[in-house]
Amino acid sequence: MQFTIEVNNRKINAEKGETIQSALNRNGILIPTLCRMRDFTPTGACRMCVVEVEGRDRLVTACSQPVEEWMKIKTHSPRVIKARKTIVELLLSNHPDDCLYCDRNLNCELQKLSEELNITERRIKGRKVKMRLDQSSPAIVRELSKCILCGRCVRVCEELVTATTLDFLNRGRRTHIGTAMDRDFNFSSCINCGQCVLVCPTGALHEKHNISEVLEYLSKNDVTRVIQYAPAVPYALAESLGVRYSKEFDRVLNSVLRKMGFDLVFNSGFATDIYIDELARSLLERRDAGTVAPVYLSACPAWVKYAEQHMPGLLGDITPLKSAQQIAGSLIKTHIAEKRNIRPEKLFSVSVTPCIAMKFEARRDGMTRKGVSDIDAVLTVMELSRLVRLFGIDITNVGEEAADVPMDMRSSSALLADVSGGYTEAVCRSLNHIIGGKELDRSVFRKVRSGSGFREVTLSVQGREFSFAVVDGLTSLSRLNALLSSGRKFDMVEVMVCPGGCVNGGGLSFSSTREMIRNRSKFIYQTEEAEAVAIASKSPALLSFYEKTEGFDSKGSEYRSLILTHYNRRDVLL
Amino acid sequence: MEARRKYLIDKVLLTASDVLPSEVERELQLIRRERVSIPVIYISSGTSSLIAGAGKTEAAVRAYLTEMETTSDVVGTGCSGPANFEPLVCIQLPGKNKLVFRNITEEKVDALLNAVFHNDIPDEDLVGQSGSKGFETWHGIPFIDDHPYFALQKRVILSNCGCYDPSSIEEYIARGGYRTFVKSIRHYTPDEVCEIIEKSGLRGRSGGGFLTGLKWKYALNTSGSGKYLICNAKESDPGGYTDRTIMESDPHRLIEGISIAAYATGASTAFIYIRSGSDKATETVRRAVSQARDLGLLGHNIYSSGFNLEIHIAIDAGAFVCGEETALIRSLEGRRGMPELKPPYPTTSGLFGKPTVINNVETLMNVPLIMKNGPEWFGSMGTEGSSGTKVFALAGRSRFTGIVEVEMGTPLKTIVEGIAGGVRDGKEFKALQLGGSTGTFITAGYLGTGVCFDELREIGSGLGAGSFIIIDETTCMVDLVRYYMDFMHRESCGKCIPCREGTGRMLEILDHVVKRPASDDAGTTLERFKGVMQLETIASVMKDTSLCGLGQNAPNPFLSAMNSFREEFEEHIFDRKCRSNVCRGLRTFTIDVEKCTGCTACASKCPVNAIYGTRLQPFFIVEDKCIGCGACHDVCKFSAISVK
Amino acid sequence: MESVIDEIFGRYKQGRKEDLIPILQEIQEKAGHISEYSIVRLGSLLGISTTKIYGLATFYDQFRFFPAGKVHLRVCHGTSCFMNGSGPVLASLKEELGIEPGQTTRDGRFSYEVVTCMGSCSIGPVIEVNGEYHTGVKSDQIPAMIKRLKHLIDN
Repeated sequence: MQFTIEVNNRKINAEKGETIQSALNRNGILIPTLCRMRDFTPTGACRMCVVEVEGRDRLVTACSQPVEEWMKIKTHSPRVIKARKTIVELLLSNHPDDCLYCDRNLNCELQKLSEELNITERRIKGRKVKMRLDQSSPAIVRELSKCILCGRCVRVCEELVTATTLDFLNRGRRTHIGTAMDRDFNFSSCINCGQCVLVCPTGALHEKHNISEVLEYLSKNDVTRVIQYAPAVPYALAESLGVRYSKEFDRVLNSVLRKMGFDLVFNSGFATDIYIDELARSLLERRDAGTVAPVYLSACPAWVKYAEQHMPGLLGDITPLKSAQQIAGSLIKTHIAEKRNIRPEKLFSVSVTPCIAMKFEARRDGMTRKGVSDIDAVLTVMELSRLVRLFGIDITNVGEEAADVPMDMRSSSALLADVSGGYTEAVCRSLNHIIGGKELDRSVFRKVRSGSGFREVTLSVQGREFSFAVVDGLTSLSRLNALLSSGRKFDMVEVMVCPGGCVNGGGLSFSSTREMIRNRSKFIYQTEEAEAVAIASKSPALLSFYEKTEGFDSKGSEYRSLILTHYNRRDVLL
Repeated sequence: MEARRKYLIDKVLLTASDVLPSEVERELQLIRRERVSIPVIYISSGTSSLIAGAGKTEAAVRAYLTEMETTSDVVGTGCSGPANFEPLVCIQLPGKNKLVFRNITEEKVDALLNAVFHNDIPDEDLVGQSGSKGFETWHGIPFIDDHPYFALQKRVILSNCGCYDPSSIEEYIARGGYRTFVKSIRHYTPDEVCEIIEKSGLRGRSGGGFLTGLKWKYALNTSGSGKYLICNAKESDPGGYTDRTIMESDPHRLIEGISIAAYATGASTAFIYIRSGSDKATETVRRAVSQARDLGLLGHNIYSSGFNLEIHIAIDAGAFVCGEETALIRSLEGRRGMPELKPPYPTTSGLFGKPTVINNVETLMNVPLIMKNGPEWFGSMGTEGSSGTKVFALAGRSRFTGIVEVEMGTPLKTIVEGIAGGVRDGKEFKALQLGGSTGTFITAGYLGTGVCFDELREIGSGLGAGSFIIIDETTCMVDLVRYYMDFMHRESCGKCIPCREGTGRMLEILDHVVKRPASDDAGTTLERFKGVMQLETIASVMKDTSLCGLGQNAPNPFLSAMNSFREEFEEHIFDRKCRSNVCRGLRTFTIDVEKCTGCTACASKCPVNAIYGTRLQPFFIVEDKCIGCGACHDVCKFSAISVK
Repeated sequence: MESVIDEIFGRYKQGRKEDLIPILQEIQEKAGHISEYSIVRLGSLLGISTTKIYGLATFYDQFRFFPAGKVHLRVCHGTSCFMNGSGPVLASLKEELGIEPGQTTRDGRFSYEVVTCMGSCSIGPVIEVNGEYHTGVKSDQIPAMIKRLKHLIDN
């Protein structure tokens, strides 16, 4: 039911049941907020969205109050502006003064509001409550003195990720966000997915930076500097730098990285193809051996840590394959180094991903060689973006280059892997190819490409049936468990913690709109369709690698020790 | 026991008529102790009595009786009189009016009982006699009802407090208790009950003043089963103790009120949410609920009415903010007590998402009386907009403290001067504060205002939940405002920005005003002044934007004090003087040379070495070094040191 | 201590989140404080994350995470007691014991907390010591009181 309400002396249309904020946004009036998240119910914590409603004593929060026909609203009256300004000033009076040194400088919601509200002097002064700096985790840093207690991270961790690692502790001004028994992050049940980082309005939560380390090594000439990047990185980098993406961007990125000073540039997609191929084969083996339980993917490091903590009984069913990044990492420090006569100690290996948990993964034991990590530093797309700007590289004007052999090319399946449901589709294609089935039409996989958080597909090939489940976001894990306990059987289960897959990873732009995330998946599907090689097992780079390297095929034991890892139960407070 | 139980149920509770047959009435008189054959000694044993030593008094009484081999009934009652009279002992000799004695600590017991049992009534500690029809009066002894403390009250809700043993459900039933409840559930529909309560004009007694009957109707008319009724006995205002005293003294009337309310709103589960640390009240209510259950007044299909009700006791874990509706609900659900956005209101979606009605203890105490005597009876008391009575907890610097009940519309002056007896120690009245830590100050000129929602709102104040704090000249208004702000800042839940940061900043600024900094020059004076102006902005934004009542009302004491006592603030800021000599940082001491003997006690006590002198010669205090702690004043045996 | 906690858990049903505060209150009362063991066990009994339990327990004043002293003092700091001088009493206690309200002395002898309004406003300031009430307390009486209590504990 539609009716009109009066806003700032103009009449606008409103729908019964919607909030004031929703009605205002549709009519071009923006209301500031610090605590509201789309897709989540409002909590009313920040009070920034207050508006003046005639007849009401106090100001009313637009994010929660439903519109009513008689309302006369003023959204930017002096009283409202004074209230919003004072609230931000109160926040700033208890906030560190180091904008210039902060990770979110120029990209901070508090900074933006402070500027918009025309706050030009410090009127409210006083003692600041000192809060700790937690740098214990290799993936995420917590700077509690910058926290404004909006509660977004708590809700995301509880409702979206279900790890429930964070909550409000204490009361009043001593309130802070913390873990069970207020331990440091590294000793908590945090799975490092970084969804909290994506929603934090200030610099209170951000990824652990490895930029200084990379910069240091880039200036050392006696070290071979190697870098690999995940298939989705080129698009994500273009998006964060604000340039138009084109299909040749992969080659542009290769050129950029070389100009930065990297000696060898690899495409992680090559390793993704190995992963997909190996996984498809292991599916067949399990089927032939009569294994009943499904095999779970290990590509998502946050999921692996979650399983190690919450579902240790499952660890035997998670594929022991390392993730693509780590497969590439181990190949780099062994085979590739050897081939090029480089001593592994003189090799600095970097990986660029859209994922924050990969920073943690690189430090797992099992991902090391003689005590040294296979991958020395992991950079998120945001960090890479900063490096590109630091080096003054004009990305529109830099030319194109090919990556280095052997990891120079990937199949389009590898690109697909960065979207939820992608691995499933890729494995299906490889499996189909290995068994010798007819070429598959992409429409078969429409069901796993999008839909609800839990999706499934069955593959029929040469008279055999294989069923796959896709768990998109841990909230759908309960659905899977319910089906499994009721007797359903799956061959493979793909679990991604970040809803939507790696295109919604913790290492990408903050406050991405739903449209931006959708566009990333859309581009991946479009590009994928246009590429020549669609099946991982048929990737020419991969086949050539296997051919040229003795002992490096899926049967070789030395090879297998390079690409496999192990999992351990973790004892943390859940 | 079983026979007695059956008797009470069949002959009393299930009787439809208002008048009971005479043999039943005679039985009840015995239970009510209106016909006694042996003496009865009533000892008030609520928390305030226990603090004054009533526990030891009772032990002494029992010891005396055992030793003297005298048979006498000893009954523990709730509180009725001013706390100044505790421990209160009331002796009833057969056939005669009760005699009320005050401050009977354990060492006075023997002498008192000796005297009274020999009909020799001592004058010392005697308050008066308490009369009933049919009993012999004592000659020459005043009636306690004539004492201004009692005479000016209208004890309607509190009519049972102090008169009977709260651990006896039989006594309560003998006094007419629970019959109204049984009648309501068997002969009225929930709608009719709501209508009666609405017609009576009963308004919520927790400060909001919303029409109770109307609130009940909202909940009743919201569809869905599994509704809840919550009795908010949280009352953690510093300076309020009405709810606890009521629960310790007359728990059954509260339970009856809750039961009728639950019936009227369609709830089948009720909670009593009690403040942590009120052990006696919790114990008393728990026992009362269990007794009610034993008599079938709670449970399934109560007295064949088709109504089911269970009452649970929940004890708060220590957070002032949990007195707020939505925070209370969250606390009951097992979560942090942080308030939620309204709408949705609890009557639509409350505890576990079900329609929930939250009522204050005092509101619920009125319900059985209204159902029994009719809405017109209730409406006949009080004023047009505020029917009935109001209970207050007198506190602060008043001469008499304790819980009192007055008719709505009674001028504040009557309570302050009449019932409370004015300010103690002969000091001068400064202000009155209703509503506790979020209340405004009412100065002498406004004491003619009547106690009711509308009149108080007109003078910028409010009824509040029952705190009645009398402030005198020995209290510094700035220090008091700082105390309240400190309380609010510690109790703020921390969810919303204006309250969490605002209370902290306001406290800091007030701290600067009441304390002396290391250096004191014109610059810091200007800072202090700017700080106080800042306070007004922060206060107004807190009022305008905070999420819940705590933040919205926390600035009230400050704003009200600035309005009525601005000179005191200015004296603190500019003159660095505290006229009540309370703010330690702002006072200095001086030694009277006539009285000083040079004993050096003060100089050795002084923490900042501000006192100089030679032994046996008068000492002197260096004003600039003095931090005003008063240690010297406390230690001087010659009263030679005083505030300058 | 663990057996005390296990016994309490035996009386509650699984998965009822609304029992969280009553159970914590029982643990606080019987075991004197909330230990990590009890929080972890509580998490599995009720199906709640330990972070949430810890977050709730730190919100409310009643819950302590380390034991109280052998002697625990409750000092009333309600409005009336405040006006009658409970502030200096608290300051004196803090000086004498060297701890803030809510903490316990290192030797485990003393702890104290601030409460609001015990209901005896005319005879304040009021202090409750392990069940016994002291009324009309003045700040200069504190050192003697503590000395007396120390003597009682040691014997």
